[in-house]
Amino acid sequence: MRQLSSDDIEALAVGAWILGTGGGGSPYHALLNLRRLYEDGSRVNLIDIDELHDDDAVAVVSVMGAPLVILERMVDSRLIARAVSAMEEHLGRKFKAVMAIEIGGGNGMQPLLAAAHLGIPVVDADAMGRAYPEAQMTSFAVGDLSPCPLTSIDPRGNEVVISKSATWKWMERVSRKVCTEFGSLAATCKAPRTGAEVKKWGIPRTTTKAINLGHAVNEANRRHADPIAAILKAESGQRLFTGKVVEVERRTTEGFLRGRTVIEGLGDDRAARIEIDFQNEWVVVWREGRPVVSTPDLICVLDSESGEAIGTETIRYGQRTTVIALPAAQVFLTPRGLEHVGPRAFGYDIDFNSVFPS
Amino acid sequence: MRRIGIDVGGTNTDAVLLADGKVVQGVKTATTADVTGGIVAAFEALKAVSDFGSGIDALMIGTTHFINAVVQRRNLTKVAAIRVALPATAALPPFTGWPVDLAKLANGGVWQIEGGHDYDGRRFMPLDIAAARAIARQIRERGLKYVVVTAMFSPLDASDEATIASILREEIPGVSVTCSHLLGGIGLLERENAAILNASLIALAEEAIRGFEHAKSRIGLSAPLFVTQNDGTVAEASRAAAFPVYSFASGPTNSMRGAAYLSGIEEAIVVDVGGTTADFGHLRLGFPREANAVVHVGGVRTLFRMPDLISIGLGGGSRVDLTSNTIGPGSVGYRLTEQALVFGGDTLTMTDVGVAAGLIDLGDRRRVANLRAGDVSSILHRAKEMIEENVDRVKADAGDVTLIAVGGGAFLVPENLQGVACIKRVEHGGCANAVGAAIAQVSGEVDQVFQGSTRSEAIATARKLADGRAIEAGAGPETLIMVEAEDTPIAYLPGNAMRVRVKVVGDIKSRTPAEALPG
Repeated sequence: MRQLSSDDIEALAVGAWILGTGGGGSPYHALLNLRRLYEDGSRVNLIDIDELHDDDAVAVVSVMGAPLVILERMVDSRLIARAVSAMEEHLGRKFKAVMAIEIGGGNGMQPLLAAAHLGIPVVDADAMGRAYPEAQMTSFAVGDLSPCPLTSIDPRGNEVVISKSATWKWMERVSRKVCTEFGSLAATCKAPRTGAEVKKWGIPRTTTKAINLGHAVNEANRRHADPIAAILKAESGQRLFTGKVVEVERRTTEGFLRGRTVIEGLGDDRAARIEIDFQNEWVVVWREGRPVVSTPDLICVLDSESGEAIGTETIRYGQRTTVIALPAAQVFLTPRGLEHVGPRAFGYDIDFNSVFPS
Repeated sequence: MRRIGIDVGGTNTDAVLLADGKVVQGVKTATTADVTGGIVAAFEALKAVSDFGSGIDALMIGTTHFINAVVQRRNLTKVAAIRVALPATAALPPFTGWPVDLAKLANGGVWQIEGGHDYDGRRFMPLDIAAARAIARQIRERGLKYVVVTAMFSPLDASDEATIASILREEIPGVSVTCSHLLGGIGLLERENAAILNASLIALAEEAIRGFEHAKSRIGLSAPLFVTQNDGTVAEASRAAAFPVYSFASGPTNSMRGAAYLSGIEEAIVVDVGGTTADFGHLRLGFPREANAVVHVGGVRTLFRMPDLISIGLGGGSRVDLTSNTIGPGSVGYRLTEQALVFGGDTLTMTDVGVAAGLIDLGDRRRVANLRAGDVSSILHRAKEMIEENVDRVKADAGDVTLIAVGGGAFLVPENLQGVACIKRVEHGGCANAVGAAIAQVSGEVDQVFQGSTRSEAIATARKLADGRAIEAGAGPETLIMVEAEDTPIAYLPGNAMRVRVKVVGDIKSRTPAEALPG
């Protein structure tokens, strides 16, 4: 168990945004909230999955909602803590720790907010190792763990427990509907996990990974060194392409932000170009009509100068970007894992070939 | 039609006289610590070289005074901030994320109450009127005069902000209320930040505008006073005093508008090279393209309509380092005429490089005769690369563009640039900012929700309202044109609800000869 410092939470916000692979929502509000809690004396402890007993109960939290609504309504740390307490009331037992469903984006910080109020530690793990748009795109779903129950909380005193759902997809549908009724924003506590389940199916050390990435970027910027080289070194990533954005095309369909961006090479990549498709997150990188990287490998589009991640919602013409790949969690590289999060799960009839040698 | 445009910058105060659409004369004077003095001096300098004929129809002033106050942390007033969004958002109260020193100067107290709306126009919580009244009394007891009201989703439904503003006016004599929906779109924290900055600057803005009025009467002008805005239009002095943040970026905006006017080109990239920085912007229909993202002002995240600009450390006063072949970002600024080599100083600046290369004739040429030709050309090459890169950054899409080069340092912009089809240089380009102020038009805006009408009916109604507002603000009715029309359907509201935003602009109405007489 280790206590996270103020520097760690700043780094986590930077790293979680990188692991958001273009989506996951900005961690900015969560960071502001956590800074305030730290100023008031709260501290959050991080534990490794090995520190869990097999029969410990672990809460899994996330915020569901539309980015536009989050901009206006924000998310209150007490709400995410309440989602956990409501689950404890439903189960009639206490949680030993709390963890993230997705480390990428703002949701990577939600367990820390809950933990600061509840006085329990955060597990250094999540179920995506990045960000994905839907509930069945998790290692827990790949492991065929139970998708229920789920608590969904609105600040006006409305609380819903979904006690049963037939499948992960049903849970996604029903919980999404509840969220819409709440005004398209809800704090949720997903199906609780046992220590044994987290050890078997959780993706370990992703909070630490995000913190390390953030420290690498912050430290490189302090020393006026290359932040992207620091990222690649910190997480054995691969530099794919450096260039500038020359085209962005977006459309919202079925609740997804879909589109494509074209990046034209600069420096060593001069005269070449790549295209990246997105569905909330970056999904496939194409070069001369052939896929060169695809989900589940992490595709991160970074500001070439600052190393800061660029989101699919905000990328625009003229930005200088460096595209890198980071390795996916092992659990998604199996045939079953690829069924959940491989290119075909996003509607692409292509095979997954990792850029990282197995 | 004669107008005077004055741009009060950090270093120079520029003034131009415009008669029947032509620049008659332009002058540059040094900015003074007291606002009035510099304006009077610029006016006197202008008067000395030009004929005001039958009098002046309008005086337009652009100033960087308000944004400088935020950046330099001075002359800010304490503000009471009321947030209408409980039980949501309580974890991030007003002033969250502000630099500590700035919050200390501006934070007069925060209050949060229930109310506000949802994204689909439904009410989020009933508005807690009783709490609002109790808060108004507390604010009165604390002696606070500047209040900000921010309600959840107020850009879609501003009624809660309006209700609370009227309660505040009932309870607190002489209160000044800034409602957030007048200052920004969706993004509660950023919109609230903009509103707080605005409220904390109103006292300063009122004082500055009294100074402008005072200067105007000292120089014997009876013409109405207008203050230029971020969007390239002008507001009457009283409105400008209530919305100082809308003048934040008027300097660069005026330069871009002036560049468009002087060149007759409405679609182009503009580079304004001054003493310390070069500002790059994108002209569309003769107006600067607006940023659609968060803008940081003095370390505070805000979200209101500002021109999308890139500013880099490249200007006539930029310091040059030959060993590393780098330019700026440091500059000798207004000390150029003491410190640059050609003026007898000992600092190598971009002006010296320009003189050595024969791009401009200033000061004493002989003092740069020993600069090596190779060094001069590699520094100029560096400047060229910086300009090329940033022209490209402000473009909206690929393809070659027209570049208009203005400002005192425009000689640093070379003739051939990658990504640029042609470069326009214009007469009076050194005073493009004052020209931009002088030509500024009046706007009228409407942003409201319509129900039960078709899209075209709603836009037509909004247009009529916007026209009325522009005429009220001083526009000639026959000159009005619609420059923006935007409609967004709102789901879950009955009767085809849509939010319509319309903006019209028009020329300031000519005054009759009798009205225009001096004094």
